[in-house]
Amino acid sequence: MHGLINRAIEMFVRDTYGRKAWVALAVRCDLGSTEFEAMLTYDDAITPALLRGLAREQDKPVETLLEDIGTYLVSHPSAERVRRLLRFSGDDFTEFLRSLDDLPARARLAVPDLILPRLELREHNLQNFSLKVCHGADIPPVFGHVLVGLLRAMADDYGALVLLDHKGGSGGTEVICVNLLESAFAKGRSFALGQVPR
Amino acid sequence: MIGQPSQLCALLDTLCPMHVMVDPTGHIRHAGPTLIKVLGGAPVRGRRFFEMFELLRPTMPCTMVALRAASGQRLHLRLRDGSRSEMKGVLMPLPDGPDGALVVNLSFGLSVVAAVSRYDLTNADFAATDLTVEMLYLVEAKSAAMDASRKLNLRLQGAKIAAEEQAFTDTLTGLHNRRALEPVLTRLIEAGEDFALMHLDLDHFKQVNDTLGHAAGDHVLEVVAAILREETRKGDTIIRAGGDEFVLIFAPLIKAGNLNDIAARLIRRLEQPIAFRDQICRISASLGSTLSHDYPDPAIERMMEDADCALYAAKEAGRGRHLAFTPDLRPRAPSDRAAARQRA
Repeated sequence: MHGLINRAIEMFVRDTYGRKAWVALAVRCDLGSTEFEAMLTYDDAITPALLRGLAREQDKPVETLLEDIGTYLVSHPSAERVRRLLRFSGDDFTEFLRSLDDLPARARLAVPDLILPRLELREHNLQNFSLKVCHGADIPPVFGHVLVGLLRAMADDYGALVLLDHKGGSGGTEVICVNLLESAFAKGRSFALGQVPR
Repeated sequence: MIGQPSQLCALLDTLCPMHVMVDPTGHIRHAGPTLIKVLGGAPVRGRRFFEMFELLRPTMPCTMVALRAASGQRLHLRLRDGSRSEMKGVLMPLPDGPDGALVVNLSFGLSVVAAVSRYDLTNADFAATDLTVEMLYLVEAKSAAMDASRKLNLRLQGAKIAAEEQAFTDTLTGLHNRRALEPVLTRLIEAGEDFALMHLDLDHFKQVNDTLGHAAGDHVLEVVAAILREETRKGDTIIRAGGDEFVLIFAPLIKAGNLNDIAARLIRRLEQPIAFRDQICRISASLGSTLSHDYPDPAIERMMEDADCALYAAKEAGRGRHLAFTPDLRPRAPSDRAAARQRA
């Protein structure tokens, strides 16, 4: 698994539950280090083990934690860079949804060895969308839950009001229903193209 | 056919939001919305093109005739306002224009990253086909990735230095170990620096170890290391080459006479009794040295052998003393040397 993904989980645990909780989890999962390198690749078994360990320790379902991670990636100040990169995709939430097909290509453009599942958006009408996440049968259906958290936070970021529903998965795909109730519900957070953080 | 002038302007505003339409008189007739934003929002209609833009390339007189002749060429321009922003451009005469107006399309080129901040440009300020926003995304994404890589490199560099230090350090005394010998000497020889090489063997150390135990021996070695550090200069190198053998490298060079003084002082201090628990340990040292400037072409092996040779001569002569190498000390046959070693 790409180090960026493990590093994201690490930062989520550090920022949400504190350094102590992270170190305890790293020891329990026998990582051999308490810090992931974003630019290295790790054994695929590490990531699910981390998530299982975290679910046990926080007494929460893995799906809930995955959603929390997705939200964290957009809304937490230490992940500001991720939010900015996502905001480049469109000026409003609808544009953002329509750009999701490009998300894996965008990720690869930035980090060539970061492989994300293929995304297919279907537009039923201006309010109702469904997003298919295709990751292949051999990969557990987890990315969809991260995406639900991420979409919810992005809707907030754009000031849109949405209802999201993870419809479960089968045969290497997951489906998320997006119901856009109002695209300009709140003011949203500001975003300027040329305002590079730090 | 292009319809009404206003329709043409609307078309250009969408396709090239940074265009400017110039009358044959050189006055601006219309400008795209992004360009108006860049120019500060002030009305530009009726102002002279050459008053607002300086043409850097191609070099030509500031006339409409010359400008028209540059149709289709790559233009390099600069705003004459306080920003002095540089721009790229290309112009074409307006087709079917009864009056021969020009359309100049502009872009920021490589200064776009700075321009986007300066003018607070957004996605909507660029044509949908313009890759500027994608480029900005890439710039930001790549600098984030680069930062992560740089952090990793720094950490690896730190780990490498620590590993090297560990590899070159004797854990008991904190002095350098035998592995440090060759790099240090190679560096000095390559730099053409004069230096003194001194071998030091502790005398009676084996007795301390045998009668008082290894703990006493270790303690003695630590005391010896401290004395060696105190009696040498900061830039000198002290190496624990093996059990009770040490190598000292003095660079820059000390005069031969001074070297003898240092050796005498070392011996005097090493002969002072060392207390360990309720026991007293007594040792001494024999030293042999050689100077790099005595060799036309100093080589590590040869100098090590000669310093060794002087050391064994010092032991032969009764221990607790220092001898500088001279060619007559060199053993006549290898067997002599082996015999000398055995006696020591």
